[in-house]
Amino acid sequence: MWSRVWSHRLSYLFIAPFLLCFVLFIVIPILAAFGLSFTYYNGIEPPRFIGWSNYQYLISQDLIFLKYALPNTFRFAVVVGPGGYAASFLLAWLISRLRGSLRKWVALAMYTPSLTSGVAMTIIWLPLLSGDRIGYLNSFLLKLGFLDVPKLWVTSPDHLMTSMIVVTLWSSMGVGFLAMLAGILNVDRTLYEAGRIDGIRHSLQELWYITIPSMKPQMLFGAVMAIVSTFKTGTIGSELSGVNPTPEYAGHLIVSHIHDYGFIRFELGYAAAVSVFLLLFMYFANKLSWGLFGSKEE
Amino acid sequence: MNLSRSALAARIGYAFVMFLAAAFMILPVVYIFNHAFKPYHELFVYPPTFFVREPTVQNFVELFWVTSNSIVPVSRYLFNSLVVSALSVAGVTLVSALCAYPLSKHAFPGRTALFSMIILMLMFAPEVVQIPRYLVISGLGIMNTYWGHVLPMLALPVGVFLLKQFIDQIPDALMEASRIDGANEWVVFTRIVMPMCMPAVATVAILSFQNSWNNVETSSLFMQDDEMKTFPFFLSTLTNNLANNVARQGAAAAAALIMLVPNLVFFVILQSKVISTMAHSGIK
Repeated sequence: MWSRVWSHRLSYLFIAPFLLCFVLFIVIPILAAFGLSFTYYNGIEPPRFIGWSNYQYLISQDLIFLKYALPNTFRFAVVVGPGGYAASFLLAWLISRLRGSLRKWVALAMYTPSLTSGVAMTIIWLPLLSGDRIGYLNSFLLKLGFLDVPKLWVTSPDHLMTSMIVVTLWSSMGVGFLAMLAGILNVDRTLYEAGRIDGIRHSLQELWYITIPSMKPQMLFGAVMAIVSTFKTGTIGSELSGVNPTPEYAGHLIVSHIHDYGFIRFELGYAAAVSVFLLLFMYFANKLSWGLFGSKEE
Repeated sequence: MNLSRSALAARIGYAFVMFLAAAFMILPVVYIFNHAFKPYHELFVYPPTFFVREPTVQNFVELFWVTSNSIVPVSRYLFNSLVVSALSVAGVTLVSALCAYPLSKHAFPGRTALFSMIILMLMFAPEVVQIPRYLVISGLGIMNTYWGHVLPMLALPVGVFLLKQFIDQIPDALMEASRIDGANEWVVFTRIVMPMCMPAVATVAILSFQNSWNNVETSSLFMQDDEMKTFPFFLSTLTNNLANNVARQGAAAAAALIMLVPNLVFFVILQSKVISTMAHSGIK
């Protein structure tokens, strides 16, 4: 065994730099989150082991978590995750049917919003969603007669979640979208001809019986990317509304909850427990998409 | 190819509908371009105008003037951003390619375990475990240094994954041939593997650029010194109270443009390479 390891020492040398960063900044933090979640830790005194009580508090007494963070995240994730994923697959398919340079430019237009992630995105949307009549959306809807009074798109608890979802969906045609576009373009042309001989009539049948089965691996990659980007979103609510926490916790997501306990109240152990909860959430969402798109041999 | 008139009409109609959809998606971006060049009296006019009538660079001037009296000028934030992004892009591509090559072509013990580990970590966003990351950074003593910006960026599992999938396509015979000619692994890596996986390298470079250029996390968590923070962080302070607020809207739009344009330019140049890399992105 050791002689085999030694004979591959060069391979390990190649891997070492990445592995070091990977372990330091991804593996250790995740393991540490698990460890800290069983402690009381305020960043000054050393962590004190308290067993399951963080989790007990989380699922039985943390009203803000149970009443706002959890349902909000659920609502947000269900629309933005599967919704954004389906939209990017559909768009990729529609774009793949265009020809020549038009395809390239349409794909670029769809991808551009995802480049504006974070702060830039907020700046782009705020004047559009501004709550007075100068806001572009308000002014437009007032002119058309859909509204009588300007609506507070980002500061009222009733509309904040909708605005968050729309803005996130808008910017969700990212890496996963490109992967699926490439996957569709890469499907073997002869399969379509064979399908036509076997009696496939219209393009929806083609999509269902040929395109999707031959690009399952890309679809899985797209799904993983969609899940990751959905769950890591947390600050969009406070960025749009301009206050943290969001008005009446309307845009409070689990990530904002972690941030609240970790960096405002300095209850690091409890914040770690919340992040472990979120990690498990992500893990099961991934397992689900693995079941849908994973290849059968594994 | 001979097309009947109706089929041609259908195709043109389809292209037109897709064009409209694309225009709709890009609308907010077109708008920010216009907003950034609007003079004050156009920014707050009622009814609001979409396109700029008298373009001016006044907003960009204001953006730089806002901080001219404070200790840290905008140029410092921009400089930090440039340094951090350049180092991250160079670092991520090198580190990821170095790891992806043996992962794809060498049968070392622990290879499958490492690859499944990378796939597993693909599923988690490191943003979720900010607090332990903060503890690691402070434990390493790299707070308030460029290391604190760059090192956390280097671990990009997607980068290794995409490169590994791409290198899988390179035939082993090529490497064998050069090894017989006396090339060592480093020469094989730099002369054969790297040139052949340039599209994937370009893709990873773009991804890591987007990652670091837009990143606020490292500035807000790992840097206490204002002099070490980056441009997107400055932008977030500028916009803190922008909701329903009109002050500095023009300067913010100008800054957003500065954030967006480099990303856009790189992507336009390298788009075809990205698409060809993504064709191998499937998880089997």
